Amino acid sequence: MATFLLRRFAQAALLLVIVSMIGFAILHLAPGGPLSQYAVDGNMTQADLDRLAEQLGLNRPLPIQYAEWFFRMLQGDWGLSYRDQQPVLHIILSHLGATLELMLTATVLAMILGVWVGTLGAVRRYSLFDSLATIGAMVALSIPTFWFGLVIIYVFSVGLDWLPSGNRYTIGDGSFLNRIHHLIGPSLVLALVSTAVWSRYMRSSMLDVINQDYIRTARAKGVSERNILFRHAMRNALLPMITIAGVQIPTLLSGALVTETVFTWPGMGRLFLDSISYRDYPVVMGILMFSAVLVLLGSLLADILYSVADPRISRQG
Amino acid sequence: MSHDKTMQPKSGKFDLGAIGRRDMLGLGLGFGLTTMAASTFGFPAWAQTDAAATPPSKPTGVVVVGLSQEPVSFHPLMPGVEVDEIIWTNIFSSLWVAQPDGSLKPDLAIEVPSVENGGIAEGGLLWTVRLRDDVTWHDGKPFTAEDVKYSLELINQEGFRSRTRVGHSLLGEITVVGPHEISWRMTEAFSPYLALLANTHMVPRHLLEGEADQNSTAFGGQPVGTGPFKWDTRTPGDNITLAANETYHGDGPYLDQAVLKYVPDMTSLYAQFQTGQVDMVIISGIPQNFYAEAKNLPDREVFIAPSGNIELVMPNLDHPALREKPVRQALYYAMNKQVIIDAIYYGVPTVTESFSPRESWAYNPNLPAHVYDPEKANALLDEAGWVRGDGGMRSKDGVPLAFQISTTTGNQLREQVQQFLMQDWAAIGVALSINNMPAAVIWGDFYVRSQFESLLVGTSFRTGVDPDPAARFASTAIPLKGGSGGNYMQWQNAEADALMKEGQASFDQERRREIYHRLQEIVREELPILPIWQYAPVEGYKKGLVGFAPNINQRQNAWNMGSWFWGS
Repeated sequence: MATFLLRRFAQAALLLVIVSMIGFAILHLAPGGPLSQYAVDGNMTQADLDRLAEQLGLNRPLPIQYAEWFFRMLQGDWGLSYRDQQPVLHIILSHLGATLELMLTATVLAMILGVWVGTLGAVRRYSLFDSLATIGAMVALSIPTFWFGLVIIYVFSVGLDWLPSGNRYTIGDGSFLNRIHHLIGPSLVLALVSTAVWSRYMRSSMLDVINQDYIRTARAKGVSERNILFRHAMRNALLPMITIAGVQIPTLLSGALVTETVFTWPGMGRLFLDSISYRDYPVVMGILMFSAVLVLLGSLLADILYSVADPRISRQG
Repeated sequence: MSHDKTMQPKSGKFDLGAIGRRDMLGLGLGFGLTTMAASTFGFPAWAQTDAAATPPSKPTGVVVVGLSQEPVSFHPLMPGVEVDEIIWTNIFSSLWVAQPDGSLKPDLAIEVPSVENGGIAEGGLLWTVRLRDDVTWHDGKPFTAEDVKYSLELINQEGFRSRTRVGHSLLGEITVVGPHEISWRMTEAFSPYLALLANTHMVPRHLLEGEADQNSTAFGGQPVGTGPFKWDTRTPGDNITLAANETYHGDGPYLDQAVLKYVPDMTSLYAQFQTGQVDMVIISGIPQNFYAEAKNLPDREVFIAPSGNIELVMPNLDHPALREKPVRQALYYAMNKQVIIDAIYYGVPTVTESFSPRESWAYNPNLPAHVYDPEKANALLDEAGWVRGDGGMRSKDGVPLAFQISTTTGNQLREQVQQFLMQDWAAIGVALSINNMPAAVIWGDFYVRSQFESLLVGTSFRTGVDPDPAARFASTAIPLKGGSGGNYMQWQNAEADALMKEGQASFDQERRREIYHRLQEIVREELPILPIWQYAPVEGYKKGLVGFAPNINQRQNAWNMGSWFWGS
């Protein structure tokens, strides 16, 4: 196990360096820069803009800028945002809570629903329920999230006045119930898509399992259908879900761009979007590295869980 | 602020023509020129609600201001955009403040310096300002002339990322005459400086002086000022809460809290305005396609707010076709401005012929009115030697009469305007193609290094709020030719240059007005920009809010939150 972990960590470190180089290059080579927003306004002269570019070091050669960023990063200094001069890590952490709250709710909701719908669909293959679930999943996957979000707002907020039209809580009222109330809309929208994904995976995984010989054996032994499903089939069918869960972990923390924007949710997705559009290089790089680490950790975690859950998987890696 | 009012400058006291912030309104008081013309801008709801109610005796209630951009730059001397100025104008104070009517009202200063009152002497080279002695910073420390000196010097300090050094770079020696009196020398007479100071907010010396890096200070994350509101809390990506400053030196504040709420999507922002989660939508405003609906919302005041930006087509005069004056004039004749406004902008904005907002004292109302006349356009092009070829498109000496127009991707209304222009100009044999880009791209080098062929853009042509447009029109302001301004269309005109130079050095408003009137005639004739209309954002607030006063001389309409309160 130790060698396995060590090797994985070495691979991860190398990958991170490569990711950072590519990310840095693409980000800086893209036309435009953090000063564009001031140019259009007409209240700052070109002399001011040129001076600021000089002061921010934006006109130095790219490799030098990268090297400086890299060595500062090695020392744990993520840099300062160009927008509000705050430390990048502080900015990321301050958006993490909102995203975690939303994504965790949505994912748990999607997991429970998805596993249930998928299992039922597999057990009652080609039934009316299965067909409806299949069509439903296709529809859910095809609907653009922003549109669905706006429909929810239009119907339930503007029309029926049941749900707030966005935000994490009412200003001046941060109570638990108030927060739950605000959570319903965006988490439903997010869960819709993930439920579709989870149910499709669960269905095919379950189908795989219930056609195995040992299920037939169990049935021949006279084990009740209920026990077959929960004691024998479910355990094995859920295994591939671990991989999906591992892949989902990063999205838990990196947020949902579109939903967070439509529902005014102050999370990581929106931070990323805002930072990109302002060309806030330090923050974008920070989020990039943060997400890259999460992706690597997520897949590592999935691997480890896999070997714990399924003794057949060798750890020789 | 009762004693404040008595110190308000009397009519005709300023002869420095400069005032206002983003646009200059008339020195309405002194010259009986324009004030905010209610007829021009629909119904001034703010004026009607004002009279009835009286403010509460102690700060009460909360206002939630909805913004589609997040305020992030809190240091008032560092770079920022409109939304950041809401923080600056409410947490901090400047020496004087530009009012909706164009006058300057003393704030930290006791009176606005002028040649008459002796505040400006030696032909504009020596300025003296007396300060109020009853002002304290939010942390209780007294405000003195040392703070003003420190703020002005910080702007020019090497390494400090100040927003702009225009005007400030002309500062010579600054002398603290007494705790509440300051004077400084200028290296040359520069009348727009008075207006620039109206948007220069003073920062506390005692909190900043010891900082090793002025660009990254604790103050920058938690600003301390002298304004009607104090910094309270910030939830990044969501809102900023300001609290009443009960020891404010002026009138108010009457609200207990002011919350600046960030809602990134304009449609979502409008939805939150409808459902009452935000009390007000300003700056980017309500999308124009919702104007008709929004006007009829119950318990909401929705109106067209005046703005000093001009929407225009900006040609690059380096382009082989666009550099010819007859071509630009033909394009202007062939542009059906009214149809564009009616069909795309729901008839909301009003056409303009000038680069100057019509509320400015420098605005020239006698410019020739635009007429839509494709025949005249064709005649001009024929005469200039642009002949029609295959498919009816024109060319001259092998140069096709073709160019690109660019604007920000995703601005749906502007994208539709481009389609109209394409049609209008194809009719006179001009091939227009569209090349749009994301904001961060288009307003980068593409704009400031004049790489565009033409742009559809909304921008202003002023120095701060002074009508001086030299930074946009002077031939010394072309970055591509070593200049330091924002003359990205690369226009060069000797008469205009001379006029702008004279305008900057003159402290005689009558003379300045003549200068800028003539300049507008030249620009209308030469068309270095093709003006379409003056910006008209649709803003709205919940009924019952008193004190809201749109101000074209500020860059945002939450400039005076200290005077706001909820009526019955």
